[in-house]
Amino acid sequence: MELGHSRNLDKAVWERVELARHPKRPYTLDYIQHMFAGFIELKGDRCFSDDPAIVGGLAAYQGRTLMVIGHQKGRDLATRTERNFGMPRPEGYRKAQRLMGLADKFGIPVLTLVDTPGAHPGISAEERGQGGAIANTLLRMARLDVPTVAVIIGEGGSGGALALALADRVLMLENSIYSVISPESCAAILWKDSGEAHLAAQTLRMTSQDLEQLEVIDEVLPEPRGGAHRDHAAAARVLKEALEDKLRELETIGPRLRKKERFDKFRRMGVWKENGLTLF
Amino acid sequence: MAQRVSVDISRRGGNDNGAQSCPGCKELLSAAELSSNSMVCPHCGHHFRLNARQRIELLADAGSWTEIAANLRSADPLEFFDLRPYSDRLEEAEYDTGLSEAMLAGRAKMNKMDVVLAVMDFAFIGGSMGSVVGERFWRAAEEAIEQRFPLVVVCSSGGARMQEGILSLLQMAKTTCAVELMGEVPIPFISVLTHPTTGGVMASFATLADVIIAEPGSFLSFSGPRIIEQTIKEKLPEDFGMAETNVKNGQVDMIVSRLELKERLVQILGMLEGGVACALEPLWKEETRFAGRRGALTQAFNRIKTFANASRRPPQG
Repeated sequence: MELGHSRNLDKAVWERVELARHPKRPYTLDYIQHMFAGFIELKGDRCFSDDPAIVGGLAAYQGRTLMVIGHQKGRDLATRTERNFGMPRPEGYRKAQRLMGLADKFGIPVLTLVDTPGAHPGISAEERGQGGAIANTLLRMARLDVPTVAVIIGEGGSGGALALALADRVLMLENSIYSVISPESCAAILWKDSGEAHLAAQTLRMTSQDLEQLEVIDEVLPEPRGGAHRDHAAAARVLKEALEDKLRELETIGPRLRKKERFDKFRRMGVWKENGLTLF
Repeated sequence: MAQRVSVDISRRGGNDNGAQSCPGCKELLSAAELSSNSMVCPHCGHHFRLNARQRIELLADAGSWTEIAANLRSADPLEFFDLRPYSDRLEEAEYDTGLSEAMLAGRAKMNKMDVVLAVMDFAFIGGSMGSVVGERFWRAAEEAIEQRFPLVVVCSSGGARMQEGILSLLQMAKTTCAVELMGEVPIPFISVLTHPTTGGVMASFATLADVIIAEPGSFLSFSGPRIIEQTIKEKLPEDFGMAETNVKNGQVDMIVSRLELKERLVQILGMLEGGVACALEPLWKEETRFAGRRGALTQAFNRIKTFANASRRPPQG
């Protein structure tokens, strides 16, 4: 690889990372406000508490109902702390499971919006089973009979993000990122230097274009010129159109076939060699 | 395609060259003393790490292991290069461990009970889960469903494999789908969490099992201790993430000593399958309709008998 070229690419990738984390980027509640005529938020996991890092509820959508669940970051210091920077605790994931169950019971399609640096790392989160909470959210999503659409709207940080993204269709906004680990942590572990985060970001291939190429996501949604933070309403319109499109597609198939296709899709994830041949 | 592979009985690990001192009680232990006791310290019960082959030898009846999906190998889809190329790390891991990947899967018998067994080896790139681990887990689940055998998975993993990027992350979703497919049958599924089990494995199949067993003294946690310390800016308590703490917090069913692990697994699987067999009992007489199931039912009843005999002995653990 030619070095100059690599450096430029490096810069372009890092700009994407910064856009995905832009403090003025629209968050879940912004999209909900722009996309739906009405929204009733439902709170609590019925076990321990309500986690403000994940919001969810019933949205009025073209004369019918949609269950919307998403990570929620705060805009200023107070709300950022309250929302824990969008890092859910087990309660958040258990609330998500509860709302998914509710949607399934009444045949309501589920839209999830993904935007988190990752699940909260902490002692109390571990005590209450962070790993199991994420795993069971994945299982709940796998099991749903209703159509599911997930959109990565900002940061798709590791397992904490994936928990809400085991969906029939997974879309990504153009300037969002989706990765197994943050570029900073990856650089600290593999390069032994968190200063190499730019290089890690490029090597991990975390932009929407990379993920489309790797066939991990179904579609990249274009953002308004300069990024979604420039025009929340326009970004929400793009998302709404895509949602309409995907739901129409998914609702022509029966629940059994839809589930089978969902399983087939995730079964294909990964690249390996078998008997010397590389299989995708 | 399944193929027969002989299990290499020869021991690997640091104990080849004689004695080592136990991290639990500082007692000096000879290699022979340790390996004859399944790598458990005879003085304090400290569990030394087992590699995949030792684990298979511990759990599978002699000569019963038949590896499945043995021809899978990691590719390097991202052409990942940090301080070293991923392909080098893979080669080195294969050379050092003699394994093809961080998880081996196969059919085996445990006290004559047919099972599908998958074991992870921490020595292979930290037991990390990439595409091959995900696919082997899928094939193991598939085999369990086809054969109607229970699945036992022994976990040991640092989490998702960074060098396969997002594809590693997606293995969490993939293995979860496999668990759901087993649940629909249902296939009994037990996970054994050994030192250490963390990250993406902890947040997918490891915690989705019907029964979760932990080995004594193992470290089990979703987040790594370093990242938690960085976040909360204080030192973690000494018992943080320990198997014993996880039982107290309600995250795993039980701790089982390695010396009793096989027997306990067989007991639990027998009871889970016993439930299925009992529910089918009135249908025994419909010979023609259920002729095909008869063999399976007889086997299940024999297992219950075996368990009933076993449980007459004084309780252990």
